[in-house]
Amino acid sequence: LSRIGDELYLEHTESGLSLRAVNSSRSGFASFLFAPLFFQLYEPGTAGPETELFRCKVHMKSFLGIFRSLPSLEKSVGKCLILLKPRASRLVLQLHCKYGVTKTHNLAFQECERLQAVFDTQSCASHLCAPARLLAEAVVHFPLTLAEVTLGTGPGGKISLRNYVEDEAEPSKTMVTELWLAEDEFQSVAVAPGSHITFCLKEFRGLLSFAEASNLPLTIHFDEPGRPVIFTLDDTVLEVHLVLATLSDLESDSQSPSTNGVSHLPAPSEDFADDLESYMAAMETGEGGSERPPSPTFSLRPRRPAESDPEEEEEGAVPGTPPHKKFRSLFFGSVMTPGRPGPATTQEVLAEDSEGES
Amino acid sequence: MRFRAKIVDLACLNHFSRIINTIAKLAKTCILRLTVCKLYFILSDKVANGGASMWCELSQGNFFDEFQMEGVAAEHNEIYLELVPENLSRALKTSQSAKAVKIKLTNKHCPCLRVAVELPSLSSSSRIVTHDIPVGVIPRRMWNDFREPSVPDFDVSIYLPVLKTMKSVVERMKNVSNFIVIEANLSGEMNLKIETDLVSVTTHFKDLGNPPWASEDGCQSSAQGRDLETMAEACIDIKKLQQLLAGQQINPTKALCNIVHKRIVHFILLHEEVSLQYFIPAVA
Repeated sequence: LSRIGDELYLEHTESGLSLRAVNSSRSGFASFLFAPLFFQLYEPGTAGPETELFRCKVHMKSFLGIFRSLPSLEKSVGKCLILLKPRASRLVLQLHCKYGVTKTHNLAFQECERLQAVFDTQSCASHLCAPARLLAEAVVHFPLTLAEVTLGTGPGGKISLRNYVEDEAEPSKTMVTELWLAEDEFQSVAVAPGSHITFCLKEFRGLLSFAEASNLPLTIHFDEPGRPVIFTLDDTVLEVHLVLATLSDLESDSQSPSTNGVSHLPAPSEDFADDLESYMAAMETGEGGSERPPSPTFSLRPRRPAESDPEEEEEGAVPGTPPHKKFRSLFFGSVMTPGRPGPATTQEVLAEDSEGES
Repeated sequence: MRFRAKIVDLACLNHFSRIINTIAKLAKTCILRLTVCKLYFILSDKVANGGASMWCELSQGNFFDEFQMEGVAAEHNEIYLELVPENLSRALKTSQSAKAVKIKLTNKHCPCLRVAVELPSLSSSSRIVTHDIPVGVIPRRMWNDFREPSVPDFDVSIYLPVLKTMKSVVERMKNVSNFIVIEANLSGEMNLKIETDLVSVTTHFKDLGNPPWASEDGCQSSAQGRDLETMAEACIDIKKLQQLLAGQQINPTKALCNIVHKRIVHFILLHEEVSLQYFIPAVA
């Protein structure tokens, strides 16, 4: 989670303790839900009809600092107690160690609204399930500094992984690496032919190392470019979701230099132009969105200043224009009501900003 | 102009990768010259390289199972490519367990060396990773810029001390000074010296041995008749020396250097399958 964001959101419910994080540009969200069975003792606390289920967030670094050295923790710590003291505004973590030593950490927390990205794995067109090791072996061919990678499907049911070359980079100077995996290396493959998505590799690597360490198979749910990709890990006591925004492609021409002639990927569909117009409009006015079904909320990755007119329609015409690359952010549902967020059409800006944080 | 090659043997692949890694440490960009029998990695002594130059030569037969090359023209059956060796090094890095590695010159949108690695996998078909490394084709009129440098008229030629030792000495000296003086004589003695306002450090090596150079048309003239004890020295950029010593993965069977007093130091690393020459000019 620390690979995603700087703050750790904790929420305890009947179904378990949920730890979540979101990145600063709202294009990456992860949640780990530990079922009550995972814990030796799980008491959500008195939750009367008036009290809301408790949520808070703490600084990631402070929390991580407590668990700093995993090997020594494994040797010395007998049990760990997590306790919330709302009146003192402290989240208490107590490590009961050998020889009667107890280390108590009091972390300041801030109350917050629910952090929940809106996503639905069922509505995704494509699903891939693979052992973590396969994906780890796949990403090893890409440099650690690589930001984005494109996952695609090709002929013969093969799955490809390719480094994404930004449009600004000169195609004649950048090395392109592409890896092809056969369908039978995966545990299950149900993909729409010719589909592809581009997402942030760095944020994915974090989940991948967790999956490898816990030896769980990883499932990837994706749809069209622009719609978020969802990675899930499932276990009896743990449910993990990582939701990342994907690049929505607009240009069909500029695909060619980066594919270097190996055009297994078809030209992307054009029907995003419409969605992006409203998206851009939303950006400009700072509103949550329109009544059109799922247009995402604000907060572009700040790579390019917002273009005021939808240049997407002039693709390829002006070679010198800045790229139309835009990551769509995730949907953050309304948090006015506790419990699961409403349908995707609610577009409120995440209430977090209303707390006046900078 | 065509080029296709294939490596199947893992030991050859490993060795080839190590040579590429060495080149990558010495040069950001270099020239790859392909002929029917050999591959050359060349760095010419332009100002941009800090005046250092490199010539590395390997016989293709020692590495490749298949090697087919057609040069620009029949009389000039060679290909000169400019590339970033680091890219090639990266492409080969994760291929150490490969079933086969194929390298091919392609020109889809721009000239590239396509490195296709076939990796073993649990499934019926292998995994294929392709790396397209962009290259620049050097036109024939510029080939003269990349001729093999001649062995300079050196004053002293001496075998280098154990490279690992020399490397750790130089690495520590690098923290103190930017320049190092290498001096050696024909009695097998070499000193590495650094000097700053505060401190001067000298490391002495003895009994290194001086390689016998067969006298060819008098190139020995300056060395013959030379007093055995007199040192020839050159002050060079310590970073360049450190890059050579730390980066090299060739593990040569013979390593020697030729010093032209106050002009240039010529390092030669020899291995049965590859030879590397590196020239570091002396600073004023």
